[in-house]
Amino acid sequence: MSLQALHAEWTKFRTVPGWVTGMVAAALLVVLFALLAGVSSDQKGAPPVPAGPGGEPVTDSFYFVHRPLSGNGAITVSVSALTSSIPTGPADLRPGLVPWAKAGLIIKDGTRQGSPYAAIMVTGGHGVRMQDGYVNDTSGPSGPVSVGSPRWLRLERSGDTITGYASADGAHWTKVGAARVRGLGPTAQAGLFVASPPSVHGMSTRGSVSTAVFADLRGEGRWAGDGWTGGQVGPESPTFAGYPQNTSGSFTGSDGRLTVTGAGDIAPAVRETLPTGGTVGEILTGTFAALIAVIVVGALFVTTEYRTNLIHVTLAAGPGRIRILMAKAIVLGAVTFGTGLAGAVAAIPLGEGLARANGVYIFPVASSTELRVVVGVAALLAAASVLALSIGTIVRHGAGAVTAVIVAVVLPYILMAIPFMPVRVSTWLARVTPAAAFAVQQTLVEHHQVASIYKPSNGYYPLGPWAGLAVLAGYAAVSLAVAAVLLHRRDA
Amino acid sequence: MSAAGIVVAGLRKRYGAVLALDGMSFSVRPGVVTGFVGPNGAGKSTTMRVILGLDAVDEGTALINGKPYRGLRRPLNHVGSLLDAAALHPGRTGRAHLLWLARSQGLAARRVDHVIELVGLASVARRRAGGYSLGMRQRLGIAAALLGDPSVVMLDEPFNGMDPDGIVWMRGFLRSLAAQGRAVLVSSHLMSEMQDTAGHLVVAGRGRAIADAAVADLIAAASGDRVAVRTPAVPHARSVLTYAGATVASTRENDGITVSGLPADRIVTLLGRSGVPFSEVSAHRATLEDAYLELTREAVEFRAVTPTEVSR
Repeated sequence: MSLQALHAEWTKFRTVPGWVTGMVAAALLVVLFALLAGVSSDQKGAPPVPAGPGGEPVTDSFYFVHRPLSGNGAITVSVSALTSSIPTGPADLRPGLVPWAKAGLIIKDGTRQGSPYAAIMVTGGHGVRMQDGYVNDTSGPSGPVSVGSPRWLRLERSGDTITGYASADGAHWTKVGAARVRGLGPTAQAGLFVASPPSVHGMSTRGSVSTAVFADLRGEGRWAGDGWTGGQVGPESPTFAGYPQNTSGSFTGSDGRLTVTGAGDIAPAVRETLPTGGTVGEILTGTFAALIAVIVVGALFVTTEYRTNLIHVTLAAGPGRIRILMAKAIVLGAVTFGTGLAGAVAAIPLGEGLARANGVYIFPVASSTELRVVVGVAALLAAASVLALSIGTIVRHGAGAVTAVIVAVVLPYILMAIPFMPVRVSTWLARVTPAAAFAVQQTLVEHHQVASIYKPSNGYYPLGPWAGLAVLAGYAAVSLAVAAVLLHRRDA
Repeated sequence: MSAAGIVVAGLRKRYGAVLALDGMSFSVRPGVVTGFVGPNGAGKSTTMRVILGLDAVDEGTALINGKPYRGLRRPLNHVGSLLDAAALHPGRTGRAHLLWLARSQGLAARRVDHVIELVGLASVARRRAGGYSLGMRQRLGIAAALLGDPSVVMLDEPFNGMDPDGIVWMRGFLRSLAAQGRAVLVSSHLMSEMQDTAGHLVVAGRGRAIADAAVADLIAAASGDRVAVRTPAVPHARSVLTYAGATVASTRENDGITVSGLPADRIVTLLGRSGVPFSEVSAHRATLEDAYLELTREAVEFRAVTPTEVSR
């Protein structure tokens, strides 16, 4: 790469006021949309979002039948039924399968939402699981429970360590997992629980309710209190949509059998369970507007040379045509990267600050993640501008190039953002089109143990951040190579 | 061969069905302004683009100081060219246009200010080029061509759009460039400008050079030995002169004839001796325009019967 060619192309870029204005506008659009996102929602006075041990938002709402357990001890039970009901209309509850409906044993540091715990449970469709810390999930024996084949569960506390076991007959036990539960006080609440997360139906979710039948409940250790207390943990919570109409949590006992009904979940919060929460990606919605600006400038950076025949002057001054194209790409890419960086760096704190001032909960991210989003947005804009430059070199026509690149990058992004776009369509768009690069903005992660609608409009992308960016970079690189070959071969 | 100037040899280029260049060969020597003329579609602009490495040829070579254009390092230090004065970004100032060109050759910014002074654009150099008149754009293009102080200068129709003052300036400027020892190639359709400016002429027709000679030789060849005679007694004069062995042709005027085969002084003697009255006897001196029209007549006629041939 010749320094002269870079210097010349940089001089060309900075001396056309329209292009400089276009880049400034791109940065300002990112900031402007962040400000709009920050002021668009007022949630002052909303109840606080429960947070797990890592500060992450969690769902911690379930029906808990508990007694205080001091020090070490154990609890055993058998589960012979777990049935769920899903509303199909107002006051029309039908039996249905809720794969992550949970019924089992839990030892938890009180009934406060977000407090530490470990639990072992049977589930509607995923067999026996041992879970702790809201995000950890270990699988045990598979298969559903029924009266004919009940499942025995056992949870033992030893200091900070809680160990879960499962058995098909109450005699032969299999260890499912052990968890070190930090922050568990000397006296914990231990007992039975039933949770029933929202059921996913296509593009919507419906709150479900589940009922489990327990027997053979047996405690070991120093149990306090004078009986089992039943109640809903976290009945009013941003991460809990409540019970279906005309249902509620309950427990009844007779002949050593306990029937417990509950709703909710003990799990990390996802977008569907915390719909009022905002993400960094939403603060940066202006990226798509900035994208249009940088696509226009990127295409015009070369197509105006064709329109005015300036390309003859350019190529007479630099007969090494591929070198000239690379110089253009580097200058444009660097300018756009800087623009995106400036826009995102200013937008994120402004948008987040305004949103938080309005009581909006923002899904927390690590600072390394935030850095990745900022750099990723800048790289996204830079790659798109190079794509526009390449297409402009290939078609040699400004309006044609701008239209083609906007159709390729911005249109799929808009289609992905449409909430009623089928998940299959929007995830396909997010895999194969240049709009896959918007994955660099994602800060939410999918949790396999939470059934939800994971699609781009909710902030979940099928590709990882850098893989998504690589899709766009690939399109840009291939187009640049084609442009270089054509520029080299064609008469100017 | 490391000839200074431009040497094109046997250029052949086909655009689809159209043969744009068909063996174009000529050379442009230092110290002389070489005019490059010919009808539209004769291949002048294509030849210039080939010389600059912008278009590739099917056959032939075009060398600048003995090297192909694409082999030149920092080419503007060897060849300055102006193909199209409108080839500017309208939003950029004239100075910025020259500045990026200077940067592309590793030239200092003061070289930019120097060529701006040279072409007389200092007062408008910091205005947007989009507002320039065509004459100002021509001057800016000339400035760009001179940026690298090249030994070869090549200009396509530099007189286009210039006001009379500008044309006078341009003529002097081109001559001074040649006087400095540069090889100067100028295409134009204004033959009179070529007569006053060029010392050498390349006439293009149908993709090749149909004449490549000094301007003085071309004019002499076109003038021939004809003498124009104006007389009220045309039949009498015709018989006297024909008897003396001359060939006589009518002209458009009723009182004029053109005589070949006798010098003017002999015609005066013959007519005087025979008592034929005459108002004028003058040796015909051809203009460059005449020479050009004669040379290109065939090419133009050819073009008239094949209107599908397009000019590039």
